[in-house]
Amino acid sequence: MSEFAHLIVMLLIAGGIGVLAVVVSILLGPKKPSASKLMPYESGNDPEGTGRERFPVHFYLVAMLFIVFDIETAFFYPLAVAYQNVGAFAFWEMVTFVILVLVGYFYILKKGVLEWN
Amino acid sequence: MPDTAWWLDLLWTVVKGVLVAFGLLTTFAYMTLVERRLLARMQIRWGPNRVGPLGLLQPLADAVKSIFKEDLRITKADQLVYTLAPLIAITCALTAFGGIPAGPAGSFFGLDPWVYKLDVGVIGLLAITSMGVYGIFLGGWASGSKYPLLGGLRSAAQIISYELGMGLSILGILMLVGSASFQSIVGWQANNGWLIIFQLFAFATFLVSSFAEVNRTPFDLPEAEQELVAGYLTEYSAIKWALFQMAEYVNMITASALMSTLFFGGYKGPVFLEGVIPGISNWPFIWLILKIAFFLFVFIWVRATLPRLRYDQLMRFGWKLIFPLALTNTIVTGFYLTYFRSAGLWPLALLGLIGFVLLVVLSDRARKLWNTPTHRPDAERPAATRPLGGD
Repeated sequence: MSEFAHLIVMLLIAGGIGVLAVVVSILLGPKKPSASKLMPYESGNDPEGTGRERFPVHFYLVAMLFIVFDIETAFFYPLAVAYQNVGAFAFWEMVTFVILVLVGYFYILKKGVLEWN
Repeated sequence: MPDTAWWLDLLWTVVKGVLVAFGLLTTFAYMTLVERRLLARMQIRWGPNRVGPLGLLQPLADAVKSIFKEDLRITKADQLVYTLAPLIAITCALTAFGGIPAGPAGSFFGLDPWVYKLDVGVIGLLAITSMGVYGIFLGGWASGSKYPLLGGLRSAAQIISYELGMGLSILGILMLVGSASFQSIVGWQANNGWLIIFQLFAFATFLVSSFAEVNRTPFDLPEAEQELVAGYLTEYSAIKWALFQMAEYVNMITASALMSTLFFGGYKGPVFLEGVIPGISNWPFIWLILKIAFFLFVFIWVRATLPRLRYDQLMRFGWKLIFPLALTNTIVTGFYLTYFRSAGLWPLALLGLIGFVLLVVLSDRARKLWNTPTHRPDAERPAATRPLGGD
């Protein structure tokens, strides 16, 4: 069996335990629903709106920045693993890449994207 | 039709997988008890000590209660996603731990003491744990209520921000070891000494990032009770709530195991004991469990010690401090390995130590640095009408 098959077996076991717990709880728990019990929580008031409101654009920005910088990290992994075989050239390549990314980083810093207020 | 060996392999994988899963669930249950008792001791009071001797049956009572509670299905919730979210969280959390080696190959009654072994071990494990953020965010979104939505959003933004620091912190290790599999990393440490010596700086950023990754104090903003009820957990009851809690604690155990394996020699025990009992440093489980227990204690200790950060401070801390520091560590390690590799590794250890001491000494300066706004004051921008940190 390949190693990824082992991983999938583990995934199935983990998921199975979760499903089992939920099913057992549904079977064993009491079921006495009422309108006010099933109401979304809003500090005791009657809820207004849907609960899926518009939210601050900051969260989108952070997610986009994460994508950019996480791709940067993803590029680093193969370099890091092969590092001892590639020598000084790879180091300066890495520095160049980091400088390019840091230009973007300082741009967002000066734009105040990371300020949150 | 696959042959007998294949079926045996499958059987043992299933057995190991079930063992790991139930081991983790038991640890989680007793972890909650230990946490409550330790927090109590730190606040000079007794923890739970009524259910069973020393409160040892308390986790069982909690588990039975959460199974027998009513499973509410909130009317405004998206029913499918609402049920799926805790399942995603617990699946990712439990699966991730299976990749951690608990001993040398073949040491567990002739079997390998891990469930699966990927060549990309560390990266694979980080990938699996970070999938858990889907569970939290979808749970918040699907609840159909405003507090969970905010909690879920905050949590997603926080976890992905600190994932950067986490991913960059391990780069130095990969450079030194030249492989991403846990077995090679542990083997390297057995030959050259624990990686925390050479990567102290990376360990500092990794530790902080993993606290933020698993939503623990001082970074547990998504579930800040005093601020937005229980965050993404607000609408969850009974076993689904318990599954989220379980995922959080299992992630904590995984983070502890990760730190032990990456920085503290993993499953290898101290070599000087070999003289007393031959082979003791290769015994499976015992050393890893001791190291995990130590880090779990640190998690609890920090919870009893530090106040929570405000949300804007938290995001600034991640982006303006952890991220550049981890990047710097990568560059410095790379520079050293390129030009001074022949001088041995001890100067690198010294470098890391100096960096760490500087970080501690300059922590006040650093705090000012990341807390002062960096953007140019815009004249056209009206004064903030929303309260600080209200995002």
